[in-house]
This record gives sequence, C-alpha cells and structure tokens, in this order.
Amino acid sequence: MKSFDYAAPTSLAEASALLAHANGQARILAGGTDLLVQLREHLREADLVVDVKRIPELMELSFTPEQGLRLGASVPCYRIYEHAEVSAAYPALAEAARIVGGWQIQSRASVGGNLCNSSPAGDTIAPLIALGASCTVVGPEGTRQVAAEEFCVSPGKNVLRRGELLSTIVFPPPAKSGGSAYERFIPRNEMDIAVAAAGSWVELDPSGKTIKNARVAITAVAPTPRFAAEASQWLAGKPATEETFAQAGELAKKVASPITDMRGTQEFRVHLVGVLTKRTLAKAVERARG
Amino acid sequence: MAHANELYLGKQDYQVLGKRPVRHDGTDKVTGKAIYTADVQLPNMLHGKIVRSPHAHARIKSIDASEALAMPGVFAVVTADDFPDLTEKFALMGEAGQVNLTELAANCLAKGKVLYRGHAVAAVAAANVHIADEAASKIKVEYEVLPSVTWVLDAMKDDAPLLHEHLRTDSMGKKADKPSNIAVHLQFEKGNVTDGFQQADVIVEREFRTASVHQGYIEPHAVVALWNEDSRLKLWTATQGSFNCRQQVAELLQIPVSQVLVVPCEIGGGFGGKITVYLEPVAALLSRKSGRPVKMVMQRNEVFEGTGPTPGSFARVKLGAKKDGTLVAGEAWLAYDCGAFPGGMIGPGCMCVFSCYDLPHAKVDGFDVCNNKPKTQAYRAPGSTQAAFACEQVIDELAEKLNIDPIELRLKNAAKEGTRRVDGPVYPRVGFVECLNAAKNSEHWKSKLSGKNRGRGIAAGFWFNIGGASSCSASVNDDGIVCLVEGSTDIGGTRTSIAMQLAETLGIAAEDVRPQVGDTDSVGYTFLTGGSRVTFATGLAAYQLGLDLQEQMKQRAASIWDCDPTSITVDKGVYKQNGHSLTFKQIAAKIPENQLDPVVGRASVAPEGSTNAFGVHIADVEVDPETGKVTVLRYTAIQDAGKAVHPSYVEGQMQGGAAQGIGWALNEEYFFDAKDQMRNASFLDYRMPTCLDLPMIDTIIVEVPNPSHPYGVRGVGETPIVPPPATIANAIHAAVGTRMTQLPMSPPALWKALSERA
Repeated sequence: MKSFDYAAPTSLAEASALLAHANGQARILAGGTDLLVQLREHLREADLVVDVKRIPELMELSFTPEQGLRLGASVPCYRIYEHAEVSAAYPALAEAARIVGGWQIQSRASVGGNLCNSSPAGDTIAPLIALGASCTVVGPEGTRQVAAEEFCVSPGKNVLRRGELLSTIVFPPPAKSGGSAYERFIPRNEMDIAVAAAGSWVELDPSGKTIKNARVAITAVAPTPRFAAEASQWLAGKPATEETFAQAGELAKKVASPITDMRGTQEFRVHLVGVLTKRTLAKAVERARG
Repeated sequence: MAHANELYLGKQDYQVLGKRPVRHDGTDKVTGKAIYTADVQLPNMLHGKIVRSPHAHARIKSIDASEALAMPGVFAVVTADDFPDLTEKFALMGEAGQVNLTELAANCLAKGKVLYRGHAVAAVAAANVHIADEAASKIKVEYEVLPSVTWVLDAMKDDAPLLHEHLRTDSMGKKADKPSNIAVHLQFEKGNVTDGFQQADVIVEREFRTASVHQGYIEPHAVVALWNEDSRLKLWTATQGSFNCRQQVAELLQIPVSQVLVVPCEIGGGFGGKITVYLEPVAALLSRKSGRPVKMVMQRNEVFEGTGPTPGSFARVKLGAKKDGTLVAGEAWLAYDCGAFPGGMIGPGCMCVFSCYDLPHAKVDGFDVCNNKPKTQAYRAPGSTQAAFACEQVIDELAEKLNIDPIELRLKNAAKEGTRRVDGPVYPRVGFVECLNAAKNSEHWKSKLSGKNRGRGIAAGFWFNIGGASSCSASVNDDGIVCLVEGSTDIGGTRTSIAMQLAETLGIAAEDVRPQVGDTDSVGYTFLTGGSRVTFATGLAAYQLGLDLQEQMKQRAASIWDCDPTSITVDKGVYKQNGHSLTFKQIAAKIPENQLDPVVGRASVAPEGSTNAFGVHIADVEVDPETGKVTVLRYTAIQDAGKAVHPSYVEGQMQGGAAQGIGWALNEEYFFDAKDQMRNASFLDYRMPTCLDLPMIDTIIVEVPNPSHPYGVRGVGETPIVPPPATIANAIHAAVGTRMTQLPMSPPALWKALSERA
C-alpha cells in the first residue's frame, strides 16, 4: 500500500474544505471495508484519506413514524438491523444491512459507504431506491438533495463533485399499508456478492387486495443500480397476485443490461431479475398485509 | 458418530487406539500460539515480492530492474538467470519419479516464456513489504504476447498454441516426431473390450467435463530463507515434506542436500498443494544475493494464479452390463490438463476410473496435456475425483436402465480381495463390500425422502494410499514422558495418530507421549505427507520404535532386578519378572536413580504397496428450478479406515473431504476470460462452500483391518473427496431428471440445462 495523509475532521464544513483543497486524490473513509481493501489491492489510489466518522451528522440515526428515518452516511449496518422500529418500518433496508459481509464487516460498514462505493451490486442500494430515499450531499457550494436512483453514474462512480460528501440518507415515513423486501441471488448462502438482486416496496389499498403504489429496483444487472420505472408505474392499481408479480418481473427485465462474468451469464442474470422481482413483490405484499 | 460393532472386524482390546484424546497441538492452535512460517521474524530480515506475468502466454523480451534496484531500501532482484544451468538435469524424487529440473526451476521463475497468468518472472527483496511491493511494480518486463489455450481438448488440437516447442508426445515409451502439447499417452488394458461389449445387454456411454479447482488451503505459501556465510541454507517453511523440499531446493541450486536445513513450521492446510516448491528457492537466491534473511508470503490471488490447481478434465466412459447387472466391459478415454509443464495427474486418474469394480474386460487411455494454466499439483486423491464423476454417473445410469438398486448393482460388481485392477495390481483384503453394506443399512439410506425437486444420490470412490520411508526417534524422560520426534509434517493431526500408536505399543497413555515434527537435521529421512501415508507408514515406524523402547526398558528392568531381560514379560505397560513388577513410569524414574543408560529409541521403515481405501457417499439435495441452485439437505460419508486410530480425526477427514468435494461439485472453478486470465482469484468469487452451505456431514466408519499393518491401519485422508461430485450429480438427476455431465454444477449451468430441457 502506498503511504497517504490522513485527516479526521469533526464538522461537515471542515471535511468539505479538506476534500476540496487536497493535493492529489482525496478519498473518504467511513467503515473502510471497501476503501482499505481497494487501496491495498491498488484498485483505488489515495493521497489523502478523510475519515468522516467523527462528524456528528454522519453518525446520527433518528426515526419517528411521522418523520421517517434520517440515516447518517457513516452509521454502521448493525445499528439498522438492531433497531426494532427501523427494521419493522423498512424491512428491505434491514434485510440488506444484514447481508453486507459478515458480522465483523457489518459493525463497520455503512449504508452511505455502500452507496458511495457505487458498485453495481451494492446490496443496500436497491432498498434505498425502492424505499424512495433521498441523499443529502454537502459541499463547498452548499447542500443539495439527490434521489437514490440518481446517485450512481457508472461502476464505482457517482454524482459527488470535488469537495462534496454524502451526509445523510432521508427515508420517507412508512406508509400505513406498506411493505418492502430485498432479495439477492448468490450461489452460496452467505459471504457473497449478488449475481442479481431486487428490492421492492408496495403500498396496498385499504382492502389489501390492490396495489396502490409500488417501487421496484434491481441491482447487479447494469452498470448502475436501476429503478424499474415502467414496472413500478404499471403495478399501481393492479391486483396483488402472483400473476401481477410475474408480469412486473417481465417489465423489470427491460431495464436490465447485465454482462457475463465469473458471477453469472447475461442470460441467467436477466432471468433472475424476473424471479427476484416476483419474489420480493410477493414478500413485500405479505408484509404490507401485516 | 459412534460406529456399530458389526462394522468393526479387527482386534477389540486396544488401550489407546480408537479413543479420542485431546490433540497434542490443539491448545497452541486454538489460542493462536502455534508458530506458522509468516510468524517467523529474524534480525535484519528482508521481505520479498514476486513480479508475475499479466499474460497467459508470452515471450519475455527483456527484464529491466534498474529502477527498482535504485530505490532506497531495495537489496536484491533475481530472475531465472540466477539459477545455475540446469539444462538436461533430472532428479529422482520419490513418487514424482524423474523430475525435469529445468521445468521445476522455470515454474519458480519463468525462463524465456511465461506460460500462465501469474507465472513468476522476477523477485525483489526490500526492507519492508511496502517497498518490496513498490519495487516490484518498477521492474519493467517487456512481453511479446502469444496465443494461449486453457481447455484441455483445445490444447490437444494440431493447431493449438504450443507451450513447449521441444515437447514430443511419449506414447507408451515411444516419442512422436512432431511437437505437441500432449506430454504423455498412457494405456491400460485387461481382457478384450471388444469381446466384452459383445456380451453386454445394456451399454451406457457418456462424456464428462470438469473445471480446474484449487486446493484452497487457508494458509498462503510462505518461507523465510537464511543463506549463511558458511554456505548453509536454512529454510523455515510450510511444506508437506521437509525432506522433499530440501531435495528440490538443493537440486535447483545445485548444492548438496546436507547443506540445506528445512525447518517445517505449522502448516495451514496443504491437500497436495504444498509438495512442490515455489518461493523456497527464490527466497534462497534473494538471501544469498542480499546477505540477509528473506521472508516471502503470497497473497491469496498469487496462490490462485501461481500455485495449485488440480487438472481440468475431459472423460468419455463406456460401461456394458448384462441384464442381471453383471458388468462385462468398460472403456475410458481421459484427457487431463497438467498446466504449464508436463507431469499431471493422468496416471492415477486412469488407475482409479474403474478401481471400484471387477471388470473382466477394460481399456483405459489417458492423456497428459499442457495448457496455459499454473502447473497442476496433487489435490487430495489427485485424478480420482474427475474419474469417479464420470464412472459413477455411468454406473448410476446403468442401474436405472437395468432397474436395479444402485447399491445392489455396485455390490454385484464390487472390487474385493483377488480383483485385478485394469492397471495390474490385485487387491489384498479391502473393505468396499463392507462400505456398501454399511450404506445399505444406514439410517440415511433407509429413510424416506419426500418433497418436490428433491432427490437422493449415491456414489463410490477409491484411493490407493501409499507407503514409503518414515523415521522417528524417542527418548524416555525421568517422569515417564516419552518425547517423540518424527519426520512427517502434520497437516491432518498425524502427530497425535502417530503418538497414539507409540503409546499403544508401549502400553502408556497417549498424553504421556509428547510428539514433535523434527527438522531435516533432527530426524531420519521421511518421505512427504501425502498419499494418505502418514498414519500408516510413520505409524508403523512408531510401532517399531515402541518395540525398540520396550526392549530397552526390559534391559533396564533386568539391571534393576539383576535378571535376564528375556525372562521379563510386559503387559499393558507393566513389566514383570518372578514376583517383581514395575510400570513403565516406575522404571523411567529408576533409570537415573540407578545410574543406568538413558533410553533412546529409533526406527525407520519403508513399506511398499498401497493400503486401499474405499468410500461410499449418500446425498439428499433439493433443486430450485427457477434459479438452478442446489441445496444439500443431508449427507453421509462411509469409509473403510482399516483401524480408526483417532475416530474424531477420521470423521474430520471424511467431513473435510466431503466438504471440498461438494464445493468442487457445485461452485468452484477457475473462471477464465477470453484472454485466458483467471477472473475469480479470490475467496469471494472462487466460492468454496462456507458452513452455511453444508448440512452436518454424517460419517460411518467401517473397519476392515489392513493386513499389512500391525494395527490394521489404512490411510483415510484422500478417499473422501472422490465420491462427492458424482454423488451430488446422481442426486440432482434423481431430483429433476437432468444428468449433469459438467463441473461445476453451478446455478447458471443447472438452470440452463433445465431450461433447455423444458
């Protein structure tokens, strides 16, 4: 590993200034579970590493049923799934947080870090998109909000500009008859990277039989995580049946453009989008019904 | 799991054997105090780093290390030119036979050409790992990229890219006249297959393919080398054979063996992959050049790309049977790749393909084929798993066609005492029939399996298990504790299984023997840890050592009692003569009191022949037809251990082999891209099974004593990896009716097979 400078600012303004004025390449360190490995394996370079874990806003987790969830960008995964109310309100998020690496990783790795690493296969990103999360970005020119589905732009790249950092991820309050689910396909049962994955959120009408609103997101099947807009819009007003879920799966496949690699073939991944969309919708509906 | 009495055919009244004492090396290992090679620190020690080829096949045009050497903290750079001239030099190395030293050296540091991605090209030694890392990136190697080939059948084609311009196929001793990637063509024949197949009512013939897989040991290769000013070379290393390591290094550096001292450190797994040397001679050259000790430790990607794997293979197997299930003929055509250099696992593959069955007529053709992969190495029953994947599926299909229970079909044709294998040897007393009966009577086989997409499979496997030279010595302390020094590096708990045999012979407790693995200056020559030989052969040495110690203890007792030693009887460690009686420990205490000669014993043995271990595995699986994912619901491994010295270790070997075999079956593979670069050189993407991917693997130990060992011991370590891929394939077939003839049977592969059928 090449030597680098290290800074641990305690405010957003200080962090932004460090990132803006760094000599050479600056990298943000949250849990470090991606960055340290990438530095060691020369997949990323750094002249300055900015540790953001001492910035209070980035370590904040606050939830009320009325306001929803505000999740600091560096909050480690375990704080999500160990939080009973958050897990109940956003099951898709909790499901993803529970499978990012093993326990040791989950005690360091954050959802914000997972998003900023911007891997096409990032486990927590499909839930963020499905749950309609918005990202608060702080930089030299102030603060802006970016929709989760707009955040990643290509493998390993995102909308953050020089001097900017992700501070908080804001989740809308849970809907009354809402439910969500996340599922990835991996050949093993743990410690793996998604071959394909889907996150689904639904809101049912009072009868519990019809879908009022839905959002479907798919990952590991395109250069960036994808919001399946057509499938999501089509689902509104449809009966909550297996046939509907399967149909939505077919529509979701349209936004998949996977590659063939050591994790799976193109053909297999597109097929999995259908299967996983169907399965997560079924689970989300089941949860929405309580 | 307790084994039923009817499965045990040997002597019953052992004091130590068959018990489960705490392993002698256990505490240090579970508390992190055991010393592995990477723990060794020496004063002024440098750190070495290898420069590896980014190409699968290329000519090395130039190597420029000037920029690296100019860096502060860089002490030495070596390339293939630093080896002595090894042209036309060969060395006899035990089981490996004649080893071509030019090729062995070129695998450690490429000469002229790189033959696989990850092939070592140069090495640098620097003050710390970070400088070494950076210096390695500054060694400029210019390549001329050549076409490459990684699939065994492609490599056999006439127009395939040639790895070695001088290689001529050796076909039954005759050399071909034009170059080829096919190093060897072997043939074994018994009876007349044409006549045999004419007697068949049913014939099944199928083709099978397997991908390269790695041994996957947890500890990456590591070495510390210290070349002293008096020309003594000392190596601390993780090796499966300290004497084999010593010989390879001495031959490669063209120095006498006694000039090299190999200190075997604790080893984090080998499975056959830590027999050949990679880093040792390179670290030695760096140490000689720099005048300092040099440590080298591989990263995981280097382990995948630069060491191992087991052959990728193609097999065509044909079997014929009569209506009553009697096998009449078998024919096999096997091509195994050997990677960059000749000398793969085709020999044992050919010998094992029909080794479970009594075939009157059989013919086996085998091909050893070079291609652009790391040189293949042994991996637990090398060559047998690929062969069983083919043969055991054909047997399963025959059973189905003949409507005969798969165990009954195997029982009808099972190899037994007197059966002649296609490669010649006639079996002594073996336990295959007993294993099949144990499977038939097992709770697992008798249980009902219900549910959609579920199926049960069964398959058998065989491994020879070798003998070979082993030495040990021991001294008796005043407190009656026996310090045992033996030469077999311990990869599977053998220190304890050897100590237990010594304890049994002496009639003392296992805990009263303190075993250690000696370095090459401290113990007599001992052949490598491999071929499932250690508990058998080094155990045999320990038995003879016990007899030697016992004889000396008798003499000491005779001095104490002033009698003739031959008049003393020994029973369970108690020495008696004419009313006198002393225990082993009491005599040990009296030796210094009476100023008698200390007791030091020794033994060395070199048993020949194989101990022949058979195994049978049963698996229940469930297939998710939407994703092609296979879940192993239940698994039972059955094996003839001869005598299970320490049953927990035997069970551990059976479970470990089954786990590795299931990984091989379902997900493991070297995944190559269009440029023949391995794309999954990490544990993340190589996908060995984790504990969440396997059920508890149940074990049934069968004990049919090996006639060539005083305690009936057979080897156990390798056979358990042989049946799993075929067992899982047969179970998948039972579950969904699709026969999987290619490994791995990964979700995309199985899903594709299922969707093509639909």
